[in-house]
Amino acid sequence: MASAPTSKYNSHSLENESIKRTSRDGINRDPAEAVPRLPGETRITDKEVIYICPFNGPIKGRVYITNYRLYLRSLETDSALILDVPLGVISRIEKMGGATSRGENSYGLDITCKDMRNLRFALKQEGHSRRDMFEILTRYAFPLAHSLPIFAFLNEEKFNVDGWTVYNPVEEYRRQGLPNHHWRITFINKCYGLCDTYPALLVVPFRATDEDLKRVATFRSRNRIPVLSWIHPENKTVIVRCSQPLVGMSGKRNKDDEKYLDVIRETNRQISKLTIYDARPSVNAVANKATGGGYESDDAYHNTELLFLDIHNIHVMRESLKKVKDIVYPNVEESHWLSSLESTHWLEHIKLVLTGAIQVADKVSSGKSSVLVHCSDGWDRTAQLTSLAMLMLDSFYRSIEGFEILVQKEWISFGHKFASRIGHGDKNHADADRSPIFLQFIDCVWQMSKQFPTAFEFNERFLITILDHLYSCRFGTFLYNCESAREKQKVTERTVSLWSLINSNKDTFKNPFYTKEINRVLYPVASMRHLELWVNYYIRWNPRIKQQQPNPVEQRYMELLALRDEYIKRLEELQLANSAKLSDPSTSPSSPSQMLPHVQTHF
Amino acid sequence: MLGKGVVGGGGGTKAPKPSFVSYVRPEEIHTNEKEVTEKEVTLHLLPGEQLLCEASTVLKYVQEDSCQRGICGKLVCTDFKIAFLGDDESALDTDEIQFKNKVIGENDITLHCVDQIYGVFDEKKKTLFGQLKKYPEKLIIHCKDLRVFHFCLRYTKEEEVKRIVSGIIHHTLAPKLLKRLFLFSYATAVQNHTATDPKNHTVMFDTLEDWCWELERTKGSMKYKAVSVNEGYKVCERLPAYFVVPTPLSEENVSRFQGHGIPIWCWSCHNGCALLKMSALPKEQDDGILQIQKSFLDGIYRIIHRPPYEIVKTEDLSSNFLSLQDIQTAYCKFKQLFLIDNSTEFWDTDIKWFSLLESSSWLDIIRRCLKKAIEIIECLEAQNMNVLLLEENASDLCCLVSSLVQVMMDPHCRTRAGFQSLVQKEWIMGGHCFLDRCNHLRQSDKEEHQRHLSLPLTQSKSSPKRGFFREETDHLIKNLLGKRISKLINSSDELQDNFREFYEGWHSKPTDYHGLLLPHVEGPEIKVWAQRYLRWIPEAQILGGGTVATMSKLLEMMEEVQSLQEKIEERHHRQEALQAEAPSLLRNSARLSSLFPFALLQRHSSKPVLPISGWKALGDEEDLAKREDEFVDLGDV
Repeated sequence: MASAPTSKYNSHSLENESIKRTSRDGINRDPAEAVPRLPGETRITDKEVIYICPFNGPIKGRVYITNYRLYLRSLETDSALILDVPLGVISRIEKMGGATSRGENSYGLDITCKDMRNLRFALKQEGHSRRDMFEILTRYAFPLAHSLPIFAFLNEEKFNVDGWTVYNPVEEYRRQGLPNHHWRITFINKCYGLCDTYPALLVVPFRATDEDLKRVATFRSRNRIPVLSWIHPENKTVIVRCSQPLVGMSGKRNKDDEKYLDVIRETNRQISKLTIYDARPSVNAVANKATGGGYESDDAYHNTELLFLDIHNIHVMRESLKKVKDIVYPNVEESHWLSSLESTHWLEHIKLVLTGAIQVADKVSSGKSSVLVHCSDGWDRTAQLTSLAMLMLDSFYRSIEGFEILVQKEWISFGHKFASRIGHGDKNHADADRSPIFLQFIDCVWQMSKQFPTAFEFNERFLITILDHLYSCRFGTFLYNCESAREKQKVTERTVSLWSLINSNKDTFKNPFYTKEINRVLYPVASMRHLELWVNYYIRWNPRIKQQQPNPVEQRYMELLALRDEYIKRLEELQLANSAKLSDPSTSPSSPSQMLPHVQTHF
Repeated sequence: MLGKGVVGGGGGTKAPKPSFVSYVRPEEIHTNEKEVTEKEVTLHLLPGEQLLCEASTVLKYVQEDSCQRGICGKLVCTDFKIAFLGDDESALDTDEIQFKNKVIGENDITLHCVDQIYGVFDEKKKTLFGQLKKYPEKLIIHCKDLRVFHFCLRYTKEEEVKRIVSGIIHHTLAPKLLKRLFLFSYATAVQNHTATDPKNHTVMFDTLEDWCWELERTKGSMKYKAVSVNEGYKVCERLPAYFVVPTPLSEENVSRFQGHGIPIWCWSCHNGCALLKMSALPKEQDDGILQIQKSFLDGIYRIIHRPPYEIVKTEDLSSNFLSLQDIQTAYCKFKQLFLIDNSTEFWDTDIKWFSLLESSSWLDIIRRCLKKAIEIIECLEAQNMNVLLLEENASDLCCLVSSLVQVMMDPHCRTRAGFQSLVQKEWIMGGHCFLDRCNHLRQSDKEEHQRHLSLPLTQSKSSPKRGFFREETDHLIKNLLGKRISKLINSSDELQDNFREFYEGWHSKPTDYHGLLLPHVEGPEIKVWAQRYLRWIPEAQILGGGTVATMSKLLEMMEEVQSLQEKIEERHHRQEALQAEAPSLLRNSARLSSLFPFALLQRHSSKPVLPISGWKALGDEEDLAKREDEFVDLGDV
């Protein structure tokens, strides 16, 4: 009969990786053997605890702690619950209950995770088991505070693909047709002397000398000068990124900066103005003058048009995501779901980011003008806007490797402060530098993939895997704030890249509906009517809200693909048989209905 | 003469102030520079259809790339529809042919599809009805299928304006006699040809055989029998001529209260349990009559409570469930969210979209209907009980709940023929008052009822679509809604526990698409059925995207597999291999709109739709919003 849905086609949540329900009979009685361990991972301790599952109530289990993960297995006969949590996702560990605590399960630990869940364990009061567990978890979840290495440096996993070779800036710029008559590659930042948060290799206007660049750097916040992110293959308009100009209260001007922007404008030989998208709300841009920042005024920059995109800062985004967690974990707000969702403003922020990126993409695609994007420092909102616009404009970035390159380029190499935003190995959970900016970007990508289900080579699982390892600290990919710091720590030599894991299991991350379309610009509809909360990510821990995996259309499609391959094979065989049959006609194959597999649904 | 397709200047006309498109600046109304030769577009009339009135030089507005364009043409009204005969040359090219409907064209509005008519007088929009003293410059028609038409009458001769406006108002809004409904003249004019494909034929349930067939199909014939006691509607006009009742029930029982108080069979479950419905006995004051009713009902219950019948659970839909008013009120609010006049309105409402949606309560009503159906299924399936639906006339909520239960439980109802048969069985033969609920006869406002057939979709486990029906009545008793919902939420805990256990148990297991299907009912899972509700809104269209994109990939693959299959069979039949390859059935997949097959591709370019209003104050987050991303003072950098 019909082929059953196989996990191979399961494109979704990593549920399997984190909570598994195995049959009771299958339990391996040897606990040490049964705990998964990566090469380089070492066992630290194990304890008997009560896991207070918010969905199924207290479950007695044994927790194993290694230098990479917390692993819990139920000790109850009727539950096969397994919890497998990398310590990297832990944001905060709190003791609950004191010596005088009464009532069952009121004494223990409450662990807040970065991936939208909390874990609660009740422990026995006697024997210091809570103190031990607290100390061990704190030590290994926050190694930086204990002068311990982050696990990525201990990980000895081997993959048959080396993810560190995925992104080579020279190759990527060459793919874009660079350098050309108007744009050159400069090595001025080779030792990060011009700008310590930029990559070593930059693409700048041909007509701007290295001396010009140095002078421009003095007028841009943290020396993040305007450099090329992407060039349109036909009309040669460009997307350029940078930080805010240091205008300040007095309205300072810098002739070099003004001239530099004019040089950028002229690179595509159009007389039109250079469009500057300031990602911030205009009030914030004005306010930034007080701390020395600001924006390009039209009296100083004649041939520019400045537009504000009204995207809020990292603090607003962090609070918004907190509110999302409040309405989805542990219980999903039932009676007023929609208004609660609205009150988080999360999708509204997504809408603004997408709207901004659409504007950038449209400006460039229509050939109207080149675009310069900045926010304050040019490493949060700017990265979101340039990378999303590039995803809309350039179908290459919609492939698995293309997307890896996009992340590697616009986010990692251009100094999105992953270490500060995520707080890898850092115990200061309340740090105001933390913010889900990259998550917000991935959410925007997911919204796009939802609106254009055939346009992306990767599936939802790919995006969730990236987010899981954004926190896990198993790979070096997202460690540190910028390229110079990564180089100092020899990250590429000492750690494994996330892309090694993904690229050696590519099939798992492929979208079966992917149809390669070159030169197709994708404009998502940034309307609340189409934006949805990413349930498979934000609400994945709740077993009650589980979407059908795989979705029926995808399952059906996979069946048809298999059937097609089968038929093609059969046809080839028949052709062979036909050419050979003259010798013996009696060996004709059986009737097609007998030998061919059937599809689940009728035509 | 006014230039073709020109609004606001050009062609020697005085540039009129575009008062109607009040949100659109004059320069945004761009002129259609292409000079097109006058083309006579002929009115397509159905057999029996008559032209009643017409007006020429009417402009129809089309939204295109967020500006509006006028198409010049003729507005006509027949006894079946309002039609606009424009010469929009753009509609003639491209693949738009595939969006067309055989009976109703892009610019046709059947008279019964008209929901509201507005006139614009000096830039003010007013509802039109009855006799008009003054005639509007513009006409806006809101349709029940959520299309919105804008017609400009500024260039039309005054006489024609009067004729067409009063004609349209009269024929769409004035009370009608049943015999005047267009279908009667159509039926007379059309040859009676019933070309039914025997394989895909809809069971009409108008014969004893049809009911027997359904009884056999569901294996209900052991305990239930089809009766013809109502042949010629001798017992009751409300009930169909043939229906099914428990075997021991006598014909006399049926006729006793004109079919009231009788358990009527809807459907039998694989375990033998049945879904029954009963219309309540008339309310009586007189003790004597009440006594008679009571003993009658006792007798009835004795029959169905005794083996071979399972225990019966009575579900009183009149008092324990949504009221028709709730549904009507909610739908009225809900549909307004989709009747959008222009781009500005679309984006203005976008920011508040979720709360607007919630305040309509429509999705909540959908959820409650689905939940009710699941509760009933739990009784039938898990507790082996019969369920008796009780309602005043057993012809509104009974139809709704009973057909939902069948769609979820009976895979046959999820085939096209099966679904059509279900509608025929539960709604048509079930005596749903379509005429009143849809107000086809345009009775006075007080009596207005509407009925809607919609397929709301929970993008969920049970994605193969479930049919969904709702209807609603008139009076907008707004204050009722809140109370009723809270009352329902506090229903018995035990019931909730059973429901939870059954529902979660089912969802934790892999799905058999040919068996029981339960939809998800959690908040995030109940979504707006975009394919229906957003289909005419150009801003909401995703060019080349949406679920249509995956569906068309699936269909392509299916064609490919089929053609391979044919090739293989061919080779089997004729061993001599055919050298000539059959042409591939694969057609180039055109880039479809997410709203396919409903909306017309009104946006011709690939320009993105950009929200025109976005930023909103964050309220309590103002302090945060003002903060710097980083705490470093750049002053001394």
